[in-house]
Amino acid sequence: MVRPVYSEPGDRIESTRPVTVSRYRGFIRANHWITALSLILLLLSGLAFFHPSLYFLTGLFGGGQTARWLHPVIGVVLFVSFMVMFIQLWRLNLPTPDDRKWLNQIGDVVKGNEENLPELGKYNAGQKFIFWGMTLLIVVLIVSGVMIWEQFFGDLVSIPTRRWAVLTHALAAVAIILVFILHVYAAFWTRGTLRAMTRGTVTGGWAYRHHRKWLRELAGRRQNGPAE
Amino acid sequence: MSETAPQPKTAASNPPVQPIASNLLPSDVVRISATKDVPQPTRQLEKVAKLIDVSKCIGCKACQSACIEWNDTKPEVETNVGVYENPHDLTPNMFTLMRFTEWVNPETDNLEWLIRKDGCMHCEDPGCLKACPAPGAIVQYSNGIVDFIHENCIGCGYCVTGCPFDIPRISKTDHKSYKCTLCSDRVAVGQGPACAKACPTQAIVFGTKDDMIAHANERVEDLKSRGYENAGIYDPAGVGGTHVFYVLHHADKPSIYDKLPDDPRISPVVEGWKGVTKTAGLAVMGVAAVGAAIHGIFARANKVDEHEEKEAEKLVSSGGSDDRGAV
Repeated sequence: MVRPVYSEPGDRIESTRPVTVSRYRGFIRANHWITALSLILLLLSGLAFFHPSLYFLTGLFGGGQTARWLHPVIGVVLFVSFMVMFIQLWRLNLPTPDDRKWLNQIGDVVKGNEENLPELGKYNAGQKFIFWGMTLLIVVLIVSGVMIWEQFFGDLVSIPTRRWAVLTHALAAVAIILVFILHVYAAFWTRGTLRAMTRGTVTGGWAYRHHRKWLRELAGRRQNGPAE
Repeated sequence: MSETAPQPKTAASNPPVQPIASNLLPSDVVRISATKDVPQPTRQLEKVAKLIDVSKCIGCKACQSACIEWNDTKPEVETNVGVYENPHDLTPNMFTLMRFTEWVNPETDNLEWLIRKDGCMHCEDPGCLKACPAPGAIVQYSNGIVDFIHENCIGCGYCVTGCPFDIPRISKTDHKSYKCTLCSDRVAVGQGPACAKACPTQAIVFGTKDDMIAHANERVEDLKSRGYENAGIYDPAGVGGTHVFYVLHHADKPSIYDKLPDDPRISPVVEGWKGVTKTAGLAVMGVAAVGAAIHGIFARANKVDEHEEKEAEKLVSSGGSDDRGAV
């Protein structure tokens, strides 16, 4: 079969009256929450080392020594879980001509005037920015993180390189926290989004409003019968 | 406990027989890692220093033995690989190390055997302390000693990143950082460091920094009179001076002494990381988090309306084609 253009093969319309659409299946949701939990734990332990005023956060992990060894281990968990997500999501996050139009009308996006925007596939340019931003920063963080992982890789790089790694790690951490805030904010602000990652489905109206090309493709696929 | 110990002026004296109270107190701390606004001490201890005169060193390693004995460390026995360094590097159990260099002097074509005693320099502006994220893991006393307080150390290795001299070593056993303490526990009771006490040629001497500078100047004078015209003091200004410092017969090129840094200072990368990145980063993250929270509560949400739900039903029942045609 021809690969769908705007949707994943597993996305489907679950019911018609009212319309609900399956957006993420169980595995990807579970994996997403592993990534999310890891990121939050990394953020809390990392911030403790980032600024003395936040050092008390090590208390959440049972002290500085524990936070110190746990942080990079969770980092590896996050990296692996994100890479799985990357493999599942990267295709529909490739840029398309519609993204340019969407970005040019960012004012309408912020005001919520989505009727003025082009119809979109499964992801808009904002979501794609989050995806690629997270990807880039996670790669930077794991590489620089290994370089400063004293317990196992203390001799991996020279001390001058290690200085750059620790600075890069801190800057990338600040950046990923900003991307994370944007991600969480957008998921809350765009009502009806969170259930895609909890229950796995969205309402037809949500899909119609935000990702109409995606919905349209799923509707067409359903009409033509399952392709499998 | 009766008397308080005097501040030591030399490493040569013997300790008194009576018990004696420590004279290096928590209240003598002037800087604490990851801690702002350290209350400044009411008294200023006399600045101390250890002077290492490389021209007098015979490479006997009595200093290393004394260090091991006093600090009760047990460096691993290694194998001989044909060099004089033993062990091969500083370790969590070896706080000081004689480093040997065979150097051909291009002016005389003579082979010179250069020996220096590596170990913590006790910088006036310590990079380890600046880099350390754990409050109270590194302190600096008003006499200049930089000391690691192991119960607060978390083993992250940031001190390694911060140190311009590549000194701290993290133990694989207890995951804490170790280095020379300048025998702060001996200094506290009026004694000089064990290495200085053990040195048979007085290549290592200890006392107040002023006395040591005066002594170093005499030594430099003497070396110059013997033809070492570039003899001088290595007390690098880039780190604010150090409380372990050298007399070098070739002070114009410190790096010939097994890569002793020519102009050590805290790396600008470390300064940038612990300076603007830390402050601005925290501010940016704080503003973003608070701003997003406030905006999330008060701004109009992006909501789906009933009309769109109906349109979706129409779209789905028409198989994806509506007035805009099928895709």
